[in-house]
Order: sequence, then C-alpha cells, then structure tokens
Amino acid sequence: MTEPTHHLTPQLLMAYSAGTLPEAFDLIVASHVSLCDTCRAELASYDAVGGALLEAETDDFRGIELDASSRGDVLAAIRNEESAAPAPAPKCGDPRVPTPLAPYVVGGLDAVKWRSVGMGVKQSILPTAPGATARLLYIPAGTAVPDHGHNGTEVTLVLKGAFEDEDGRFARGDVEVATEELNHTPVADISEDCICLAVTDAPLRFKGLLPRLAQPFLKI
Amino acid sequence: MAAARIRHMLRTQISAFGSAPAPVLPRAAAKHPERISRRAESITVTDPKPDARPGWVDQMIRVRDDRSEDDFVALFDHFAPRVKAFLMRSGSDASLAEECAQEVMVTVWNKAHMFDPGRASVATWIFTIARNKKIDVLRRQRRPEPEDLPWGPEPEPDQTEVLALQQETETLGEALAALPDKQRQLIEKAYFGDLTHSEIAAETGLPLGTIKSRIRLALDRLRHAMQQKQ
Repeated sequence: MTEPTHHLTPQLLMAYSAGTLPEAFDLIVASHVSLCDTCRAELASYDAVGGALLEAETDDFRGIELDASSRGDVLAAIRNEESAAPAPAPKCGDPRVPTPLAPYVVGGLDAVKWRSVGMGVKQSILPTAPGATARLLYIPAGTAVPDHGHNGTEVTLVLKGAFEDEDGRFARGDVEVATEELNHTPVADISEDCICLAVTDAPLRFKGLLPRLAQPFLKI
Repeated sequence: MAAARIRHMLRTQISAFGSAPAPVLPRAAAKHPERISRRAESITVTDPKPDARPGWVDQMIRVRDDRSEDDFVALFDHFAPRVKAFLMRSGSDASLAEECAQEVMVTVWNKAHMFDPGRASVATWIFTIARNKKIDVLRRQRRPEPEDLPWGPEPEPDQTEVLALQQETETLGEALAALPDKQRQLIEKAYFGDLTHSEIAAETGLPLGTIKSRIRLALDRLRHAMQQKQ
C-alpha cells in the first residue's frame, strides 16, 4: 500500500498523546496512525514528551506519597494474577476497516446501515462518547458533498476510493483536517464510490437552504 | 515497509517532532539466532545494580525477561508516586489516584513482555499506560489505539538503537527543564492538566492564539535542543 500524503496536524497528535481528545477524535487519529508510519513516528515523539514530563522533577511530584500498604498490595496483586492475557480486540474481517475502527463497524463496510443525507450521499453515525461525532460517509462516484463550512474542526479519513476538494486530492489513508475557515465541496472520484470516516466537534454548516433545514433531523 | 525502517523512523522522530526523517541507516549487524536466549544467561541477576544504566532500562528488562520482583519494586518506588501525582493533576482525588496508580503498576508487570527499549523509554512506556488509565477511569471513555506494529519486542534489540534512544530521552528531559517557565507550564498543562488548548485559554485568561503559539514555540525549542545534540 502506498503511504498517505495528507497527515494529521501536530495539535491533534499531541492532544491524542496527552489523552485529552473526545473518543471520536481518538478513533480517527488511531485509525490514520494505523495506516501511516510518518504519523506513527511523530506520535512517538509526543509520547516521549509525556514520558519526559513524568520523569521530570517538578513541584507536582514533591510531597505526593503512596499509601503505606501500597507496595505490599501491588506485590500481592502481581503474584495473584500472573499475566492475565488481555482479550484480543474484535476484528471485522474487512481489510478496508483499520483495526481501531473495527469494533465500531462490526460487520464491515458492506453491512453498514446507511441513511441518506441527500444528493446520493449517505451517512451512518457511530456510537461514541459525547463531545464529538464520528460518522461514516458514503459518497457515490462523481458526486459532490453539499458545500459546507464548520463551526469547529472536521477531520476526514478516506477508507475507500478518493475525493478531491479545494485542498487537493485525498485517497485511502489520507486525512483532511478542516477548520472553521474552510468552506469546501468534496467531490468523489468518478471511477469509484468513496467511503470516509468523518469526525466533527460541532455541527456542519451547509450553505444551501434545504440541507440547513434537514440538519436538525439528520444529526449532521 | 521493513521493520528496521520504521524502527529507525520512530527513533529519529523523537528528536525530529515531525520534520523529515533522516535516511535509513543499514542495520548494524545480522541477528544471531543462537543469542536469543538471554533469559538463561541473566537468570541469576536479581538485585538492582547501583551502576545500572540510567533510565531504568536494565530494571525493566529484568522484570520483562526474569520476572524480577526486586527490580519491579525499584520501578514501583520511582514511578508509582509520579503516576499518582499525574492522575491527581488530571483531576482525580487522592484515593482514586492511589487505586489507579496501583493498577498502572500491575499493568507494567503484566504487560512487561510488550516493553521494547528500542522503541520507547521506560518513562514513556509507563506514561502511555497511565494516560490510558486516565482516559478509562477519569474520562470513562473507550480509547481506540493504533494497530500494533506487526512485530513484538525483539529478543535481542540492537544495543546502539537502545543507547541512542536513551541518550535522546535524557536530552529531551534536559531540554524540557531548560524551557522558559511559561512555555514549560503550558506543555505540562496540556499533558497533565487534562485540558484542551481552549480550556487552557479559559483557565489562564490568555487568548487561544497565544496558547497555541507558546506551545508551538516550546516544541520548536525542544526540537532545536535535540538537533544541537546530534
């Protein structure tokens, strides 16, 4: 497989490393990193900052002590549960679905229950904790997603096919990070239907009247 | 992609923070399958050696390969209070942080076979376990993790790689300590305060743009310090 050419922002990678993102963003960061060695390596550098902070002699660590029984309790625990094997993460068997996404798309992309959002574009909202929304988007070949801006951040990861917008062409594994400034009209390649994982932290703003009316009902 | 290339990228990226990775170096030497059984050679080593390499690598490897409780206790005494402090700073009360710190250290023991000194320092590895515990317990959220690389820890990691990573880890620690207070505090808030950049802005009263540019400056300084050392 070719390496992705559109990557995550340093901000997102750092926040993923710090563990401060809502679940939906964790999901898309982990999915892209699974497909992209460049971002995996950059993520390792942010984890190293976290490690260096843990090792640092800062004021926060002075005066924090463990309970007197703490060490004994932990030693008892490790003698008891000698390497309990963790349950393997569920796989969906669909090679187009990155491993971190698999538990959210149990039957693979062919079993997704799509709901139309108009113009042939379909979506399926994935169950994640509040704070951000993750959805799969299905864009038929040659179709445009209605022109929309964002109140917050929208991150889109291509799983299948490709799309093109004002920022370039995005194929399998590529991520587009769109902020408030970007109004864009992604158009799927003519040769193949496009499926993306898209995460937003605020509702999208569609420009046309009809999509705007539909918005409250469709949870876009 | 070859395992060696990703390994090299992981190592160089610790100092690079996203700038282009250096060209791949050839592996120092072919692996010797007959040397795989380290466990048998080092089974008698139980006490933490006073002259152990810095960064707790020797202790962690003896925990991993020999299931050494003495070395685990040494790691526990050093890291458990830090993990507890980290969790308290992330918003946990003392008793929950205590409980979680204990669980983190039990995970260190149980997942020791996953530790790879060519890929992450001991502190970094324990930080990622503690962070995941924070998300699990404090944020009550699932944590999607990247797919594991298709190979586990190597039985005989390349010693030059391990050493280089240790040196970079030390340099990074020094560079972090040398940051101007304002920048270091923002990095600490981002990692330990469990705050998004916008939340940091609300807490400190500084504009979001200032927060972002200070964090970027801090990362630039870290990167610069790392490159001076190379």
